[in-house]
Amino acid sequence: MEGGATYVSDLGNLKATELRLGLPGTDAPEKPTPENPRGSKRALLEANEEFRGKSKSPEADPNGQEAAPMAKAQVVGWPPIRSYRKNSFQARKAEAEGAGLLVKVSMDGAPYLRKIDLKVYKGYKELGEALENLFKCFSLGELSGMEGCNGSEYAITYEDKDGDWMLVGDVPWEMFISSCKRLRIMTGSEARGMRSSP
Amino acid sequence: MSEDEEDERGGGGEGKRWSPDLVGGRGGGSGGGDPPPFSDQVLENVLENVIQFLDSRRDRNAASLVCRSWCRAEAQTRRDLFIGNCYAVSPARAVERFRRVRALVLKGKPRFADFNLVPPRWGAGFYPWLAALVPAYPWLERLCLKRMFVSDDDLFLLAKSFPSFRDLTLICCDGFGTAGLAAIAEHCRHLRVLDLIENDVEEEMVDWVSRFSTTSLESLVFDCVGCAVDLDALEALVARSPSLRRLRVNQHVSVAHLRRLMARAPQLTHLGTGSFGDGGGGGGEMEVADLRAAFAASRSLVCLSGFRDLAPEYLPAIYPVCANLTSLNLSFADITADQLMPVIIRCHNLQTFWVLDTVGDEGLRLVAATCKDLRELRVFPLDASEDSEGSVSDVGLTAISQGCRNLRSILYFCQRMTNAAVATMSENCQELVVFRLCIMGRHRPDYVTREPMDEGFGAIVMNCKKLTRLAVSGLLTDRAFGYIGKYGKLLRTLSVAFAGNTDLALRYVLEGCPKLQKLEIRDSPFGDAGLLSGIHHYYNMRFLWMNSCKLSIRGCKEVARRLPHLVVEVIRDKLEEDDVEAVEKLYLYRSLAGRRDDAPPFVEIL
Repeated sequence: MEGGATYVSDLGNLKATELRLGLPGTDAPEKPTPENPRGSKRALLEANEEFRGKSKSPEADPNGQEAAPMAKAQVVGWPPIRSYRKNSFQARKAEAEGAGLLVKVSMDGAPYLRKIDLKVYKGYKELGEALENLFKCFSLGELSGMEGCNGSEYAITYEDKDGDWMLVGDVPWEMFISSCKRLRIMTGSEARGMRSSP
Repeated sequence: MSEDEEDERGGGGEGKRWSPDLVGGRGGGSGGGDPPPFSDQVLENVLENVIQFLDSRRDRNAASLVCRSWCRAEAQTRRDLFIGNCYAVSPARAVERFRRVRALVLKGKPRFADFNLVPPRWGAGFYPWLAALVPAYPWLERLCLKRMFVSDDDLFLLAKSFPSFRDLTLICCDGFGTAGLAAIAEHCRHLRVLDLIENDVEEEMVDWVSRFSTTSLESLVFDCVGCAVDLDALEALVARSPSLRRLRVNQHVSVAHLRRLMARAPQLTHLGTGSFGDGGGGGGEMEVADLRAAFAASRSLVCLSGFRDLAPEYLPAIYPVCANLTSLNLSFADITADQLMPVIIRCHNLQTFWVLDTVGDEGLRLVAATCKDLRELRVFPLDASEDSEGSVSDVGLTAISQGCRNLRSILYFCQRMTNAAVATMSENCQELVVFRLCIMGRHRPDYVTREPMDEGFGAIVMNCKKLTRLAVSGLLTDRAFGYIGKYGKLLRTLSVAFAGNTDLALRYVLEGCPKLQKLEIRDSPFGDAGLLSGIHHYYNMRFLWMNSCKLSIRGCKEVARRLPHLVVEVIRDKLEEDDVEAVEKLYLYRSLAGRRDDAPPFVEIL
């Protein structure tokens, strides 16, 4: 923007790589963001002008980058899709991309749940340690529940794809993370019941 | 299957006809004053006997305005009460006037709340209404709530207070969880309908399905309940419900379980599947064949939905029922046109079809080729973001318009559109009542001509003479709104986003559309002048919503001053506002109840 006429030819390439908010081929200054309604009218008019200008530009990409030259920050609630629908796909998308396997973890008596990414852990031991860390503020104590809880009142269970509640640690780790939907740290007598069965 | 299902027939008319002179002066009522003399009493009895046959609420509203005795007779015989805005009238007033209500529909938050534009705890709590309903309507049978806050305690109270209670429908509500559902199941012994549609349900992990005490269940819809249910209990419930016609389960119900449920209920007409794949269990071909047999045995199925976690090789299982289907919802199934083809070519009786844009223009062409009686089409985006590729375009829209001449309602998400395609649809589909086009990238023009989308939408309002609902998008100038104001004479609902240039646009609409009931606008450059141009009309509307426009507190105060029966709410998300003058969110609505007393701190009522 500061480059005077003498520099343009020399630094023509540099200008092309300059990072700005604006369509290529324009010298318009940075546009205000959509969150600021006061300036948006003028910006919109300028945007309209730019579109007309842009259609004559050979660089114009007919398919993409046609949005108004405002900040491309995520706008709340646009496009207008209900979160019910968005959430249905996001979970699957994340799984598909191997971006992680987020599952909720609840603990009996805790006022809120946590979420962890199962793909981050290499095995049951690491998982156990992570859970201990997460819930230690609720005085979890020793949570060595994978190979059989000794001395603690907790049992770590998970809900599998069929909707059944299983004790964590019975199946190989890989099989576990592919079928685990959510985790629940059970306390008290329920926990004793789960652990005592062979 | 009712994403934003509006009662188009009833239109904007509310349970309480908005007429301050007649009703207001008499304190709402069917009471008041000495009883009429004998002959008049006879006349009233006759009137009641006649008026009781009136079903449509618009007819009833009209009848109630004729004179006092008609108003009384109508109030005595109204069984179905529709309250389009829970804040438009106080519960006390409603129950005072209508003494014999058996069914109530109550709507709360404005529709843009679905897109996170209304802060949580804004309002629309059900409890104040419930507290009035309990003593007033002991024989209440049916309740439908949309966009209300309903707590578990409310559901407990509801379940215990109405011995004849039959139908509960909750749409886009929040605040309750499985504990509340358990109460409904347990205490509503004559429950016929429990329809939970797109609610935000707290996952309390309370088993509710095993608590049902009714044997007359006709409809159970719970696909929005996120936690698993006791599948044995569900099967037992289905087995003891001979009247069950509609069942929509959530994604925790596997195909294996689905087969068992279908075997128990071969009389089902509406089925929503759970997950429609093998779920890692390796079911394979055997399972698909068994599933297909289950569908073959369900001779009454006319409506199918669900299809979560779809494995495409399972789709052939539904072939046996395709020819009978009038409604198919594949909008959670990520499939291509090739995968859609063998299904859709069998569905020649389809009237309602919801699908993902992954089927592309080619998939839509297939739909157009087969579904000649299609009335409603919704095409949702798999990737709902502005920068997404977009898999359908003007090509698909044109194909649909050429094949489906009976189309009444369309919702179409895309990234590329042309005025020509929209105009073609306006010419081919003369029956259109609802036209909602969402070009996801903001301010996108016609991608071929680079013009604004004015002419396309103009053609829609000009040619589609029955149009009552319109949602616009893309690059639009004031001209588009000029068309809407000039031709949209039956328009009742209008949704605007990122459109228009000046206040003129808003003025065109407010001055030109006499039937306008609901106007929702976001991120458009309309200011006080535009707002004030609607003063003559706001009492005839259910509401106006505007966010991220150019309104100022002065303009809003002016409206509030000139229209005392309007509630004008200014909603501030961030309490520390730089600019106290600017109004970020405005929600105004007519009301007989005056300013509400449950407004949270971030709502200022002018």
